[in-house]
Amino acid sequence: MSATAGSYLPPGLPAPVPEPDGLDAPYWAGTRRGELMVQRCPRCETWQWGPEWICHACLSPEVGWARVDGRGIIYSWERAWHPVHPALKEHGPYIVVLVELPHAGGIRMVGNLLGDPRQPVTIGAPVVAVFEPHAAATPPFTLVQWKVL
Amino acid sequence: MKERTLRGRVAIAGVGETTYYKHGQAPDSEFALALRAILNACADAGLDPRQIDGFASYSNDRNDPSRIAAALGLPELRFSNMQWGGGGGGGSAAIGNAAAAVAAGLADCVVVFRALAQGQFQRFGAAPPGGTVSGEQALTFPYGLISPAQRFAMRVMRYFHEHGIRPEAQRAIALASYHHAQSNPRAVMHGRPLSAEAYDASRWIVEPFRLYDCCLENDGAAAVIVVSAERARDLKARPAFLLGVAQGSEHRNAARGHNAPLYATSSFTSVAPHLYAMAGVKPADVDVVQSYENFTGGVLMSLVEHGFFTAEEANEFLVVDNLLAPAGRLPLNTSGGNLAECYMHGLELVIEAARQVRGESTAQVPGAEVSLVISGPMVTPVSSLILGGEAAL
Repeated sequence: MSATAGSYLPPGLPAPVPEPDGLDAPYWAGTRRGELMVQRCPRCETWQWGPEWICHACLSPEVGWARVDGRGIIYSWERAWHPVHPALKEHGPYIVVLVELPHAGGIRMVGNLLGDPRQPVTIGAPVVAVFEPHAAATPPFTLVQWKVL
Repeated sequence: MKERTLRGRVAIAGVGETTYYKHGQAPDSEFALALRAILNACADAGLDPRQIDGFASYSNDRNDPSRIAAALGLPELRFSNMQWGGGGGGGSAAIGNAAAAVAAGLADCVVVFRALAQGQFQRFGAAPPGGTVSGEQALTFPYGLISPAQRFAMRVMRYFHEHGIRPEAQRAIALASYHHAQSNPRAVMHGRPLSAEAYDASRWIVEPFRLYDCCLENDGAAAVIVVSAERARDLKARPAFLLGVAQGSEHRNAARGHNAPLYATSSFTSVAPHLYAMAGVKPADVDVVQSYENFTGGVLMSLVEHGFFTAEEANEFLVVDNLLAPAGRLPLNTSGGNLAECYMHGLELVIEAARQVRGESTAQVPGAEVSLVISGPMVTPVSSLILGGEAAL
């Protein structure tokens, strides 16, 4: 896991902020530190992502958070061409990947695949998380991108 | 308790729509369009509009039933129902909700309607304005995963990977819709046929979807009259009886950030068995299918999950000739559907299914008695229904 200069997509896309009720605040705070934090139930050890107020397996309200290693495999992907947001006009294609974390119960995370946007993409390929800080944003945030190993 | 089923107890007694317009081109307000579609459906049924006593819709339709009841001067309003869930997944469910109300005696004559004039509001396929996002959107929007096409391409790509689906399978679905629209004068794409070459040359929206894999966005309104089976037999139009209806989705389908345990699904694997159980028919009994095209890949998955062929048979089954009325193995989207008739959020598919049972389609399947509608693949909840003629009861 390493930090990266610049951003994969052009500026102007909607910026993520934690939910007003605080449910996902540990995740977003973790990304700022360069850590991938997801939910793990301390009672039954079920991994859970996205976050929820109770554990979906044992219904415990004591859902904990755990740091996970930022490694995964590409579960699915897409190459977007048509710009659906003003910030993407004239930008050209970009790749979104859905990454499975087999060591964390198979939870999945959405991000961009760094590198050539026209590169071939292979489902099952191992990838590593790359933290993309947006320090100048108000409030600042960090995205989690992925790079083929 | 009597057997809990809607089979044969209610019927679609009338259907109506406005002129279908290209996006942003409706000359009237969305509310006026809704009223016109409802009045057209009443005229089709031979029913005094003052007999309406309930409304059902879906996808947060903006047109409030109480205002409609006031505008129509209804003596009383007895049922007002909104199906939760975005997109077109509620189309068949709204018919089911109306049917349940009629069968249970909550109301006698329920209108299911949908009106869309997106030029007057926010489009579905464009990002909303605003600087920040939270919750589910925070996990996807900053990565440029924003529109419905982008949301569902990820599911379809995985499904195609798991089952070796080729692009030609999606193409056949698009070509069938455009073919049927050429005989339908109501269709927005009437007079604008689509060739395989034009499909192949069309631009990517988001791989694996080309332009013609994606639904239109249109203006207009549609309405369907639901009454008891007995009452429908006394009205003008040939009844299209409800044989079965089901809605829902699989275990944790809505887990955030694309974390549904069964990811590569159109959300019908648990729903379709309930549908067939109520209807008392098998996939092989179905004469004609209307399957909601948000994106062609979703149609493919829906047809598999409704048992018409396996995923491994999809490449072989999904060739254009198999999908055309009158004689294809599985005539599909015979009005042109969301791709080529009108994106009326799939309610136009329910209308077409009823017209097939009545023998009034512009691409009629001879003797169609069992007519299936699939609403809104890949969202949650989804829904589907089966209509039948008197002989199917």
